[in-house]
Amino acid sequence: MKLYEYLAKEVLSQKGIPVPPGRLARTPDEAAAAARELGPVAVKAQVLVGGRGKAGGIRLADNPEEARRAAADILGMTIRGYRVESVYVEQKLAIDREFYLAVTVDAGAKKPLVIASARGGVDIEEVPEKEIVRLHVPPQWGLMPYAARELARRLGLAGPVAREVVEIAIKLYEIFREYDAELVEINPLAVCAGCVVAADARLNVDDDALFRHPQLPRVVDATPLERRVRELGLAFVELDGDIAVMANGAGITMATLDVLQRFGGRPMNFLDVGGGAAAEPMARALEVLVSTRPRVILINIFGGITRCDDVAQAIITARDTVGIPMPLVVRLAGTNVDRAVAMLEERGISAFNSMEDAAARAVALAAGA
Amino acid sequence: MAIIVDERTKVLVQGITGNQGSFHTRQMLEYGTRVVAGVTPGKGGETVHGVPVYDTVQAAVDSHGANAAVIFVPAPFARDAAFEAIDAGLETVVIITEHIPVHDAMAIMAFAAERGATVIGPNTYGICSPGKCKIGIPPNVVFHPGPVGVVARSGTLSYEIVHSLTQSGLGQSTVIGMGGDRVVGLTFIDVLKRFEKDDSTRAVVLVGEIGGTAEEEAAEYIKTMEKPVVAYIAGRSAPPGKRMGHAGAIIERGRGTYESKVKALEAAGARVAEVPWQVAELVRAALVAGPVAAE
Repeated sequence: MKLYEYLAKEVLSQKGIPVPPGRLARTPDEAAAAARELGPVAVKAQVLVGGRGKAGGIRLADNPEEARRAAADILGMTIRGYRVESVYVEQKLAIDREFYLAVTVDAGAKKPLVIASARGGVDIEEVPEKEIVRLHVPPQWGLMPYAARELARRLGLAGPVAREVVEIAIKLYEIFREYDAELVEINPLAVCAGCVVAADARLNVDDDALFRHPQLPRVVDATPLERRVRELGLAFVELDGDIAVMANGAGITMATLDVLQRFGGRPMNFLDVGGGAAAEPMARALEVLVSTRPRVILINIFGGITRCDDVAQAIITARDTVGIPMPLVVRLAGTNVDRAVAMLEERGISAFNSMEDAAARAVALAAGA
Repeated sequence: MAIIVDERTKVLVQGITGNQGSFHTRQMLEYGTRVVAGVTPGKGGETVHGVPVYDTVQAAVDSHGANAAVIFVPAPFARDAAFEAIDAGLETVVIITEHIPVHDAMAIMAFAAERGATVIGPNTYGICSPGKCKIGIPPNVVFHPGPVGVVARSGTLSYEIVHSLTQSGLGQSTVIGMGGDRVVGLTFIDVLKRFEKDDSTRAVVLVGEIGGTAEEEAAEYIKTMEKPVVAYIAGRSAPPGKRMGHAGAIIERGRGTYESKVKALEAAGARVAEVPWQVAELVRAALVAGPVAAE
């Protein structure tokens, strides 16, 4: 779960990491009122993607009227698919230097990783490798002060700024641990007239650990359709094609989309009913797929824990309740396939045994053949 | 021969009294796996399909000398269960549970490294040396003995590919699910090293997917391998920034793309299949062409 910048900064601030004073605004009037309180400000779109600065989602304002106009322009903008519903109005900083500081999970090393650079304020991907300092942290011990001091030294820091950065790094690691973060990032970490503040922040919390964090606000990053299917306990991602897909298992579902694309088709969604879903949620998910009006629905099942007869039952249920007005292509193999094929054939639905044949048929049907 | 598990492996099941634990214990017993004990705190003294249940792993190990554990306990308690298994000295710990917090996974892997335990998973279907031992949840009919080692991130895609191998007359030495999470125990490179040394394995199939860099890291090792490697990578059509079912299957900040993985694997000499059903023919060709077949 990604937190908005203003929520991430709340967490940082509670931990004692300095952040600029700011107010959340949902209307231009609220933005103007915030600017009256704060003086010259930055008006920043609150969205769950990066790159908002380049997209025009950050504007400087010297007075309340400018802040109002900036907010009016930014609110309602769409930045990389995300509609801006609020702006964060934050006191403008006179920045001398910008650093990058983050803690994330290094999957390869299976350890937390601190990443820092003296080249902050830009995408870390754009910073040359030799200017990035990386430090693995043993999860049993955490980030020790000596390691943080070495990190500061490698950034070329000394004196009071080094001391501040060391303290912030240690606190940032504590946040990473306490909030079950996948990523906590300060970019830029700004040095302004001797003080060090987090000018922008991100905090992504592990979805699988949310049960340990009931106090955190829930930020939903999904389309209404994605929400509907995920509530059934199934993995779903909306795509922009015209062939709806239901398969079992993340790998086989991805492979199904790949094969459709390879054959010249355009998948409309990723729907994984793996893990042995019962007939009922599968039928509900299928009904949702029908409601999106695809040109074709492709069901690709290699039954393991998921039983082909449950899939057949789901198809029959969906057809009897909402109807399936578009062409349906079914591929079944594995557990209880014979029984499932018999159930479907009784109702005039034929099933393929090979993934290749089924995918080819779905693409041909979508193309109007 | 096979890798990691064989007919001598003695398995204990943590979470044996739950639905999943009980169902798959029966399946494993039917497969011929030596399931010697189960553990569920508070249920000591019961039996599940004839398997005695203990309150703690240590008690089960003391009585039965198990050397592998399989974990079916719910995610919030999985870290405790894994630590318990590792602390009791079990050599192999297979974690089936999905949705384990990534911080818990990092803690488990750090402890396993300290004690020299082998962790498979989390979020894996398990491991099977066909005809010898199956630990985990794959259907009993999927795997057949033979010369191909298989390592994959995804379950059903493994079954799909293994099914087509079997149909082409290519059985398997050992099939291993790495798990779909970001932080997992055994990774491709660890498994490839073992297959390379295993007498019964003549070719290796690697089934990867977008996200992370495990395939790229594996490619570095493939360069040095004698045995042929055939790979398939899922997720070519996946949009960046979207999590495709598995926690690990996401292209983030330009990393973990299909192209990067295929490029690394091909440069290392692996044959990369464009579609799942192409894997079997590439394996067959590799076995004919490869140095191993010439022996």
